[in-house]
Amino acid sequence: MSAPARSFRVLPGFRLTLGYTLAYLSLIVLVPLAAVFLKTFTLTFDQFWAVVSAPRVVASYKLSFGMSLLAAAINAVFGLMLAWALVRYSFPGKKLIDALVDLPFALPTAVAGIALTALYAKNGWIGQLLEPLGIQVAFKPLGVLVALVFIGLPFVVRTVQPILEDLDTELEEAAASLGAQRWQIFRHVILPVLLPALLTGFALAFARAVGEYGSVIFIAGNIPMVSEITPLMIITKLEQYDYTGATAIAVVMLLFSFTLLLVINGLQAWTAKRTGRNR
Amino acid sequence: MSGAIAMQWSAGGDGAARFESKAATRESPVVKWLIVGVSLTFFAVFLLMPLVAVLVEALRKGWETYVTALIDPDALSAVKLTLIAAAIALPLNLVFGVAAAWAIAKFEFRGKHFLITLIDLPFSVSPVIAGLIYVLVFGAQGWLGPWLSEHDIKVIFAVPGIVLATVFVTFPFVARELIPLMEAQGKEEEEAAVVLGANGWQTFWHVTLPNIKWGLMYGVILTNARAMGEFGAVSVVSGHIRGETNTLPLHVEILYNEYQFAAAFAVASLLAMLALVTLGIKTWVEHRAAAAHNEKQDDAS
Repeated sequence: MSAPARSFRVLPGFRLTLGYTLAYLSLIVLVPLAAVFLKTFTLTFDQFWAVVSAPRVVASYKLSFGMSLLAAAINAVFGLMLAWALVRYSFPGKKLIDALVDLPFALPTAVAGIALTALYAKNGWIGQLLEPLGIQVAFKPLGVLVALVFIGLPFVVRTVQPILEDLDTELEEAAASLGAQRWQIFRHVILPVLLPALLTGFALAFARAVGEYGSVIFIAGNIPMVSEITPLMIITKLEQYDYTGATAIAVVMLLFSFTLLLVINGLQAWTAKRTGRNR
Repeated sequence: MSGAIAMQWSAGGDGAARFESKAATRESPVVKWLIVGVSLTFFAVFLLMPLVAVLVEALRKGWETYVTALIDPDALSAVKLTLIAAAIALPLNLVFGVAAAWAIAKFEFRGKHFLITLIDLPFSVSPVIAGLIYVLVFGAQGWLGPWLSEHDIKVIFAVPGIVLATVFVTFPFVARELIPLMEAQGKEEEEAAVVLGANGWQTFWHVTLPNIKWGLMYGVILTNARAMGEFGAVSVVSGHIRGETNTLPLHVEILYNEYQFAAAFAVASLLAMLALVTLGIKTWVEHRAAAAHNEKQDDAS
């Protein structure tokens, strides 16, 4: 906002729109978020630590972070395959499938939650197939994984797909003319270009999974120490009117989310550098 | 963090031919059908089956139960509240999104990237925390709690809290869509309009808006879908008072927890249809936007 820049400004409305943006942002997002941190400062560090390191809460971190990582990894593999199929091959029904990939964004999480529970319950379509194999999904930690895979898939597909579409074929043709096998071309020519986007998709899916609530609570069974996710711990504390306890756990989650946000911003800058695309 | 749902401007036409036509850029048919087979099975199991399950479970006890569940007074009041929350959150975030995109895309100032990151924040906050922050500000024990109860204003466990939580979770969508779009379009056209004597409002209305209408519509659809479907954030601030502070997703939860599965899935099927309509409009908008984009490039060349 230096003076020389202003003299070049032809368009009107800068102060008005920026002022409104900052005011609305502060009112809706920043001030309420600050409340979380200020509320935590009413605790001594020992009190804070006692809340966030209680065995039941620690068990929820292990479940939430472990399953979120696993779900993001599964989505990275299958999301890449799906994006690859959608960009590189023609097959019947492709346009419909392409449109439906965003379903987890559009379908309310509670609906996804009860639908997945119905599918994976003992008498559900998938659950009854897994039952004889001794695999139980619904109301077990595995159920959490299934829900997190569902909500994370579009993040990987939609981050990788545009990069795949923009890929120049010349490099691959050059590699092929030099005698490279198809797998070698993928490994040494295509994958290095895709890698930043793939990691971005992985990180986005991971970040979303850690905070996810609606689609998980129905299928998880919510058994203390076994299948309780961290967001549920916040809800549990709130239901007991333990606001400081809920806030302390929220601070842990927020600090983690903000760290991941920085990582994702870095990854997106890397993607832009690798591929010459903006964001 | 982007919502990873930025509009695909390059959409349109089947680009696969570009790869499949040359030996150097295609795999053997075995590999192709293996990849297609595995990825489509994954897609069917994880995405398609839940969707089908909602519709099948909703009709398991027949049409009569289905209709009864939908015209139940509590269901209707949930529909009404869901529509109210979306109808308030949508215009608020629309105006914000346009204002933010105008300031960020058309002007240079320090801290711009930081501002964009802050606008994205609600995407990286767990919905449960989105609800919690308003409880800490407006709840009985919150900052404004005593003042609000003195003046007999209810925010938490009432409609205003639900609206606030909805505004928070849908906060970045429109801005997120418009900022890259308006940055890509530059500001020459607007500057020309202003030099020719148009005022700011005329410039926006006649020059900017036609250029961003598809992106704007895209943001609006995403905002609307999320606003009507939000569960976690709304759940924290709602108090779950039947017929008063229940939105559709919360009504689904209540019915489900009462073991009224057919009714729960009937209400859920409404939301599933909303999701399908959203995806339909979204695909159509992408198609139109790509067409408009190509037309503009043809004009330029």
